Amino acid sequence: MTIVPICPAPVMQHETVQMAHGAGGRLSQTLMQRVFMPHLHNAFLDLLDDQAKLDLPPGRTAFSTDTYVVSPVFFPGGNIGELAVNGTVNDLAVGGAKPLYLSAGFVLEEGFSLAELEDIVKSMAEAARRAGVMIVTGDTKVVGKGQCDRIFINTSGIGIIREGVNLSCRNLKVSDSIILSGTVGDHGMAIMTSREGLSFQSRITSDCAALNGMISTILDEVPFAIHAMRDPTRGGVAATLNELASSSSVGIEIHETTIPVKPDVRGACELLGIDPLHVANEGKLVVAVAAGDAERVLEVMRALDLGRDAVIIGSVVDDHPGMVVMRTVYGSRRIIDLPLGEQLPRIC
Amino acid sequence: MLTPMKYIDEYRNPELARKLLNEIRRKAAHHWTIMEICGGQTHSIIRNGIDQLLPDTIELVHGPGCPVCVTPLESIERALAIAAREEVIFTSFGDMLRVPGNYRDLFMIRSAGGDVRIVFSPLDALQIARDNPAKEVVFFAVGFETTAPANAMAVWQAAREGIENFSVLVSQVMVPPAMRAILSSPGNRVQGFLAAGHVCAVMGYEEYEPVAREFQVPIVPTGFEPVELLAGILKTVELLEEGKAEVVNCYGRVVSRAGNPVAQETIHNVFEVTDRQWRGIGLIPGSGLGLRESYARFDAEKRFNVTNIFAEESPFCMSGSVLQGKLKPDGCPAFAKECTPQHPLGATMVSSEGACAAYYKYHLDTP
Repeated sequence: MTIVPICPAPVMQHETVQMAHGAGGRLSQTLMQRVFMPHLHNAFLDLLDDQAKLDLPPGRTAFSTDTYVVSPVFFPGGNIGELAVNGTVNDLAVGGAKPLYLSAGFVLEEGFSLAELEDIVKSMAEAARRAGVMIVTGDTKVVGKGQCDRIFINTSGIGIIREGVNLSCRNLKVSDSIILSGTVGDHGMAIMTSREGLSFQSRITSDCAALNGMISTILDEVPFAIHAMRDPTRGGVAATLNELASSSSVGIEIHETTIPVKPDVRGACELLGIDPLHVANEGKLVVAVAAGDAERVLEVMRALDLGRDAVIIGSVVDDHPGMVVMRTVYGSRRIIDLPLGEQLPRIC
Repeated sequence: MLTPMKYIDEYRNPELARKLLNEIRRKAAHHWTIMEICGGQTHSIIRNGIDQLLPDTIELVHGPGCPVCVTPLESIERALAIAAREEVIFTSFGDMLRVPGNYRDLFMIRSAGGDVRIVFSPLDALQIARDNPAKEVVFFAVGFETTAPANAMAVWQAAREGIENFSVLVSQVMVPPAMRAILSSPGNRVQGFLAAGHVCAVMGYEEYEPVAREFQVPIVPTGFEPVELLAGILKTVELLEEGKAEVVNCYGRVVSRAGNPVAQETIHNVFEVTDRQWRGIGLIPGSGLGLRESYARFDAEKRFNVTNIFAEESPFCMSGSVLQGKLKPDGCPAFAKECTPQHPLGATMVSSEGACAAYYKYHLDTP
């Protein structure tokens, strides 16, 4: 019997991410063609150049970047891809810019499921479509097992700032009203309660959403009354208000009774001993507006889905500059401080 | 905008709170100093600004009932030494991770590669031990009578199932001996107590009756929500004004006179009374719980041979006086200067239940 040596063709169909997917060779091409391009393709990406060549409309350019490392990657109400698109869109929009183009950089852990990667890419494409932005350039790297946690995504974006609009966290004026677009803590508690180690379940879903539509409507209707906007992400509304107060060297006073919190979120926060004001949001907006225009802005926001629950939560005061103070339901006052690093559940 | 939440909102009702405050104002003819035992109560009082709303005649001083605060530096140093070991998965309630030892905390051990995990229950730690048979899983068993039953249960289950890669670093303390120590101390100012509601849920309040008699102080088991705290303060003021040194339960929805006998039995099966060091206060005889001889093999101090680790407190930290109600946090010269939550000198500035942290976090006149 003769033995015929067989040199097998390399496996090209994988179910998980291989080191070779990031090596720039054939498998990298397969990844592009099978996973990324079918969902993300557009006039810029289709050229497969190393850069996107863009003609920007006139106006000042806003430029922002953020990296997403959320765990779990899929959470109730969204996933890391959707978050990565909306997050950068929001960072541009709160500066008064119309977001136009995004880049997307992926760091994939060897062994990460390609089906899950495709789900993530698909929802990035959908999120971009909803927000009216294009992902025009991208990059993928693969690192060895254990060298990252499944998938990290960086998105950068550019947008054009509206003529005559000047939004900055330094612009707060005494007597401005502070408007919050809806309930606090949804995203953070959706993540926390879906992590392992908690023996209760919840139906809390993330509020992950692009805010540029709502912001654009506000600026259309009330173009010059807005002094600052922020999306209260990490550190929650408490961190955002503290940043605004300290950047503008003013005090902010808010009223406990006005802060909207969903019952499930409130319940989970009570159980874990966490202040909902310290919990992250991914689809909420804080607006500082001249007091005389606040009702008009509120009306505009409430007419929109994302701003349905908008409320005035407080105002800018000349007392205690740099500090945020809450008037409690009992009439006493307390400081709303920045959260100190990691949220630690209480022990008894 | 808050959606009503059963079992919470009725105890936060501003109208009821106002009525109770008026009653306290009406009843308080003399100046009284009342100590709330539990750090959870301190936190709620300061967070809701109850101290600002009380009449000047009622002074609240904050008690030693913050487990994180009173866990001795020695235990922290021993925890750090164990957590740094390669074969160990060190598990703890979240609060303990930021408590500084001499120069580092458990977070720093974790960032240096130690496997330190936050758990919500000691039974979760036991599960980690089942899942990782090749590792030594250690749980930091701190706390008062509230955490003791679950901590005891974890050890009891480990013994029953023969889970030999599980052990506990015990620093359990008890309230009544601490109350006696405070009342016997020369500079004591405390005239009445709000007893810690959750401790009483486990132990009942019968054991406070001799303390009330012996030291002639009223003791009132009290809850944690604003209305409950105000009701507890009102009852204590009434008893003080009437000169009655009695124990009166103001946390009836949770506490009974006998407490929870099953929980007590679990504690006594696994633990025995022992002397215990309290951080900032010192040794209080018979104030702690330690593993019984029959469970000694689950003692992490012995298993990892760390009983020879000792530690010294910062000479600037006055948390001992704060924990005994002799000093208000903002009366300490280091408060908000050398000592902040970012750079705590003592545990009372670290824990969410520590009096110094509560003052720093919520009080408007913090420098």
